[in-house]
Amino acid sequence: MLYREAGEFRTSYPDDSQTFPISFDKYRYYAILAVLVVVVPLVINDYWANAVLVPVLVWSIAALGLNILTGYCGQISLGTGGFMAVGAYGCYKLMTAFPDLNIIFCIVLSGAITAGVGIIFGLPSLRIKGFYLAVATLAAQFFLVWLFNSFPWFYNYSASGQITVPERTVLGFPVTGPYTEPWAKYLICLAFAFALAWLARNLTRGSVGRSWMAIRDMDIAAEIIGVNPLKAKLQAFAVSSFFVGIAGALFFSVYLGAVEASEAFGINQSFLVLFMVIIGGLGSIFGSFAGAAFIVLLPVLLKNLLVGKLSWPTDIATNSEFIIVGALIIFFLIVEPHGLAHLARLFKEKLRLWPFPH
Amino acid sequence: MGDVAGSERASMGESKPPLMELRGITLRFGGVLAISDVSFDIREGEIRAIIGPNGAGKSSMLNVISGFYHPQEGNILFRGEVRPFMRPHRVAALGIARTFQNIALFKRMTTLDNIMTGRMTLMKSSFAAQALWWGSAEREESAHREKAEEIIDFLGIQAIRKVPVGTLPYGLQKRVELGRALAAEPRLLLLDEPMAGMNVEEKEDMSRFILDVNDEFGTTIALIEHDMGVVMDISDRIVVMDYGKKIGDGKPGEIRKNQDVIDAYLGVPH
Repeated sequence: MLYREAGEFRTSYPDDSQTFPISFDKYRYYAILAVLVVVVPLVINDYWANAVLVPVLVWSIAALGLNILTGYCGQISLGTGGFMAVGAYGCYKLMTAFPDLNIIFCIVLSGAITAGVGIIFGLPSLRIKGFYLAVATLAAQFFLVWLFNSFPWFYNYSASGQITVPERTVLGFPVTGPYTEPWAKYLICLAFAFALAWLARNLTRGSVGRSWMAIRDMDIAAEIIGVNPLKAKLQAFAVSSFFVGIAGALFFSVYLGAVEASEAFGINQSFLVLFMVIIGGLGSIFGSFAGAAFIVLLPVLLKNLLVGKLSWPTDIATNSEFIIVGALIIFFLIVEPHGLAHLARLFKEKLRLWPFPH
Repeated sequence: MGDVAGSERASMGESKPPLMELRGITLRFGGVLAISDVSFDIREGEIRAIIGPNGAGKSSMLNVISGFYHPQEGNILFRGEVRPFMRPHRVAALGIARTFQNIALFKRMTTLDNIMTGRMTLMKSSFAAQALWWGSAEREESAHREKAEEIIDFLGIQAIRKVPVGTLPYGLQKRVELGRALAAEPRLLLLDEPMAGMNVEEKEDMSRFILDVNDEFGTTIALIEHDMGVVMDISDRIVVMDYGKKIGDGKPGEIRKNQDVIDAYLGVPH
């Protein structure tokens, strides 16, 4: 009965195009935000930060980035892992070359570097579409990982070939390196995820977002209407890579602390992010978060269930985990091919009419 | 009403200067000659029809005008100046909008978003302003929303404002597509078979919209249509094409009497 549009009068166009048109939604959103910012940091521990919250947030940012490109602009990319690597190595080079530069700037700048690289690898999209573009971005994936492994300059000639994050602080609290408190890790990722989701929402509600969606739905009509396809596609590649780059930088600096390109940013990661976007819902910001949470948390849940509750041997549990996750993904896609975001929409629609659906 | 209305309307655009002139347009696809040396003009404020049997080159002509095809020979003069080689999105910025024979709407976007996308060339707020949704971006969005709502009112599609257009019936989709083209506030509106596949009632509605657009907004309209009754009723002047050539050009009354046109449509005894 709470969930009603009735009685909510919108008298201006900005009112009518708000993010949360139903006030119940709005208050729920503020409440969730308050819990995430105030309550969670107080109760968080190492396990929750490292196994659940930080990976969900980091992957959400990556999924958000790919969703802008694939979900909103309709350009398929399999180069997400490679672009995350650019973010990570860019961040590492910036941190080591400018030790006094604040880590926040390093992360944002590494996003900007990735945006530049994304534009270059987005150029083929002007001539090729669909599966062929996917193959072209696959080339980016392999090339970038190869690049970071082959030139020792990128990993500062370290003997292991790994990059290891130096310790950096924000407002006096360490956010990278071994002495980082779990709440600091969590909060910096949350801040980036929130800011980037806000940015994505703004970009997709105005004329930039409409030019992307126009290209996605009917590129010829879009061009005839006045959308510059070159500009729209490269913008989408740039913004998407910016997000993915920041995800890569956080993945390396805050989440893992030390990475090696082919292990951390291989083709698997590209597919993983693509799964998140498809399962979450193409062209939905909420879907990016939902998809990332689904893919990251499902194995964690299963592990807790199989090893913790049913006390299976670890090796059997690990293998059956893959089988169950795979089966669940297939089942889920058959039941709801439009993703979690669509499921949420249907649920809201039901709720709006409940308890008198006629 | 046909003849009377036709002759009344025909007096309107008479003395106006041409908005667009096509001179000696020739378009080839490999060895196929799609348009061969066709010249005609479209005057400011008139409704200009292009008719002809299937494969006559009408749609190709519209594609040439909207910059989608580039003719091998000939010039296009827009407002007295030769239009250089242009990509379609630059042509759109000149104030030329169009609809398509097979509806080309953005199917997953709402009616409102489709119409707002039509105003793409008029929206100026920068990328950064939109990213932060600062004053200028939000103000611009609202100002354009107001214009979009005017078009929604004009076409009577308020109820489907927030419905994804892919789910709408055919007739409404055609109407939304007209709305999207109108949203650009074009100087020249190109309609490729706006009434294809419609029943009589829908055709009457669409004809009324086209006449209203011409009257109220003063938009110059060039249209392709197969329904001769409609064409004779609403257009000021008609170009007839057959096999890529122009075989007739004039007011509806003249076209009706033109022997070449009658031959093209009814066939010639061999």
